[in-house]
Amino acid sequence: MLDPIDRALIHATQAGLPLTVRPYHTLAVQLGINADEVIQRLQNMLDNGIIRRIGAIPNHYALGYQANGMTVWDVDDDLIDELGLCCGVLDFVSHCYQRPRHCPEWPYNLFVMVHGKNRNEVEQKTAQIAALLGVHCRQHQILYSNRILKKTGLRLT
Amino acid sequence: MPVPSLTALQQRLLDRFQHRLPLSPTPYADMAKRLDVDEAQLIDALDDLQNKHIISRIGPVFKPHRIGTSTLAALSVPSQDLAATAAFISTLPEVNHNYAREHLFNLWFVLTATDEAHLRAVIATIETTTGLPVMSLPMLREFHIDLGFQLNHMR
Repeated sequence: MLDPIDRALIHATQAGLPLTVRPYHTLAVQLGINADEVIQRLQNMLDNGIIRRIGAIPNHYALGYQANGMTVWDVDDDLIDELGLCCGVLDFVSHCYQRPRHCPEWPYNLFVMVHGKNRNEVEQKTAQIAALLGVHCRQHQILYSNRILKKTGLRLT
Repeated sequence: MPVPSLTALQQRLLDRFQHRLPLSPTPYADMAKRLDVDEAQLIDALDDLQNKHIISRIGPVFKPHRIGTSTLAALSVPSQDLAATAAFISTLPEVNHNYAREHLFNLWFVLTATDEAHLRAVIATIETTTGLPVMSLPMLREFHIDLGFQLNHMR
């Protein structure tokens, strides 16, 4: 599990790595450990899945993908693993999650985030998902975001 | 908002390095070598991508639920109160994403907390402050391996 140094390292990196010639050394100085240990701890967190990837994190909006449609689906619970995987592998899908229903006002159990350059593109992609899910989906909706009010990386609070 | 133009180097950088940033003492120099440019050019390109908000950062993406706990929460806010409620939600340190969406549930945000008790306390604070019930939809399963964003769709 995470020890206090791991937590300090997460704090120090969640807003991004420094753009210095030796960024892990820069972090090491901040944390009072050596750079090899910074690298080893990041590698360990990658290996055990706490860190999913390390790289450049694009902002979909700035890249022209300004229509962000959260599509939500009411699908058969018995088949959700297969149906979720069918959607999760689509290249225009950035997130695909099972979440609990909240009936009666929220009957949807599968969340599929679809990105497109405009709403027409999001609708075409959503139609592809609807075709994949077929009769196993009772109803679905697209929720468009009209404003991003806050977006930061994960924060430890 | 116009789509910013990427330099050829920035395009290649985003194609190659949304994951597997080298864990070496000099990662930017190693990336530069692979892209056949010098390190200063590569750091300038990254700095420019950050300044223009084309990338939010270069760094680790942490897996949800491995550090603390989180949920996707939604509120159905009367339209005349939406701006004030959204502003309040954004001030909470436990909120890292907050989106207005066109739906009866018109405010959606991700809450991240150290543990379940902390998460429940934040939800209670939101309900007390806004007078609205929070719909909390924690992730049960994930069906996507996040390897970054396919830039080739842009071309």
